[in-house]
Formats: sequence, structure tokens, C-alpha cells
Amino acid sequence: MVKYFLGTNVMKSSWDQVIAAFWKRYPNPYSKHVLSEDVLYREVTPDNKLLTRKLLTKTNRLPHWAERFFPSNVTRAVYIIEDSIVDPVTRTLTTFTWNINHAKVMSVEERCIYCENPENGNWTNVKREAWISSKVLGFTRPIQEFGLARFRSNVTKAIKGYEYILTKMQDDALLKTLVETAKDATGKAKETALAARDRAKGLANKTTTTKKQQYL
Amino acid sequence: MNSVGEECTDMKREYDQCFNRWFAEKFLKGEGSGDPCTELFQRYRLCVQKAIKDKDIPVDGVEFMGPNKDKPDGDGS
Repeated sequence: MVKYFLGTNVMKSSWDQVIAAFWKRYPNPYSKHVLSEDVLYREVTPDNKLLTRKLLTKTNRLPHWAERFFPSNVTRAVYIIEDSIVDPVTRTLTTFTWNINHAKVMSVEERCIYCENPENGNWTNVKREAWISSKVLGFTRPIQEFGLARFRSNVTKAIKGYEYILTKMQDDALLKTLVETAKDATGKAKETALAARDRAKGLANKTTTTKKQQYL
Repeated sequence: MNSVGEECTDMKREYDQCFNRWFAEKFLKGEGSGDPCTELFQRYRLCVQKAIKDKDIPVDGVEFMGPNKDKPDGDGS
């Protein structure tokens, strides 16, 4: 039997912002279990969809009773493939993520669909499904239970990570605007100062001319 | 974020920066033609491919969105 998870989250940011954050989400303070992230493949299809394959490496912390399934000479890191399709026309991001090693002990497959919230265009819905299974005879149930619990905890971390990155992106954008406004104001102040100096010079010249004329 | 190959991390960051700009400023606005980051990607990809081979990471022959094919359609909620 496979454990199934279904959940929907509403993120209070626009789809454009969430999708931009999707590419920038690592590292963040809640992603300590993510060790590396790489793009293996990327293509824009003729109908203008963006296909991407990523390779992620994550830690594989286990409860004590499960240590026996991992001989000490075997690599402990979990390698994960994350395939994604961005459709800018339907404004949908679909991701499919799964582990490519240790899959007999535990396999976690996740599908997420990010789309605009139908009631509020400035919000984004994330529908998340997961399938968790194990092929270790006699231990299938506890392993799957553990897998589901860890998956839930990682979902919480993922959401917190997004919130952190989205806030950071907003702060950066605000800072950029402030810097530009400040630059603009400095520019205008300089212009005003220069114009004032020119006017003052003009006046001074006039005065000198007038004075000269008086001497004559 | 780090690359799986330590020696590829700088190339990855350079490429990511290029991609993120293109994605937000061009692709999402419907100006998808002409990806300016191709050269950076090729250089970075060669590095990662070597690291994957050295570490024996089993990425070969994995179909795009592979396991999604035997899952029920996700469009209905």
C-alpha cells in the first residue's frame, strides 16, 4: 500500500512573485537539509513552455530503528530529481519531484501545481500531492509512516522558506526603489543648485556691469 | 546555493543570475525567444556532468516527469 498525501496552501503573493521565488528558494534558513541544487536540463518548447530538470541532494536523517537499512559503506545522501513545467499562458507551474536512490527503502514522489487563486489574483494556490512507499518486507508500514511524518515536516519548512524568500525579494525591490528615488532626488537637487549658481553668476555679472557703468 | 560539484558552484551562480533576470524580465512577459544564458549554461553543465559521473549519481535514462505518467490526473481538485 502507498501512503497518499493531499494538501493545498494559499500563498499571499502573486503567481509571478511565487514563480520567481521558486527558482531562488535555496538556500534559506529552513532548507538546512538541502545540500546542493543543480540545473541538469532546460528547454523552451515551441509552444513557449519552460521545461527544467533539477538535481537536488538532501540529507537523510533516520530514526535509530531504520539505520539497519543503510549499510555504513553506502552513501547516505538522497539524490532527488525535480522536473518542472512553467506555462506562462495558463499561468501554471507543475512540478514532479522524486528520489532516485534508496528508492527500495523509501520512495517519495511529489506533485505540486501552482496557479493563481481564483478569488484573489494577487494570491497563489499550491496543490500538493505525494505518494510514499517502501519495499522493505515487514517494515513497510513503519517506514511509510515515518516517511509521511518527515514529508509533512518538510512541507512546513518549504512554506516557511518561500515566505522568507518572498519577503526578501520584496525588501530588495523596495530598497532598489528607495535607492533610485534617492538618486533621482540627488540629481534634481544638483540641477537646482547648478541653475541657482548660473542665475547668481548672471546677476553678479549684471551688477558688475552696472557698477562699471557707474564709474564711467 | 552550492552545486553538487564544488568546482561548479561559481559557474552555477553566474548562470542562475543570468537565468533569473531573463525569466522575470523576458520569459514571463512573453518574450521567450532568444535565451542569452546558453553559453553560461553549457559551461556549467559540462562541469556538473563530470561531477555526476565521478559521484556515480544515477540520473541517466530517467524520463522527464517520469513517475507522473502513472499517477491520476492532477488537474481536477
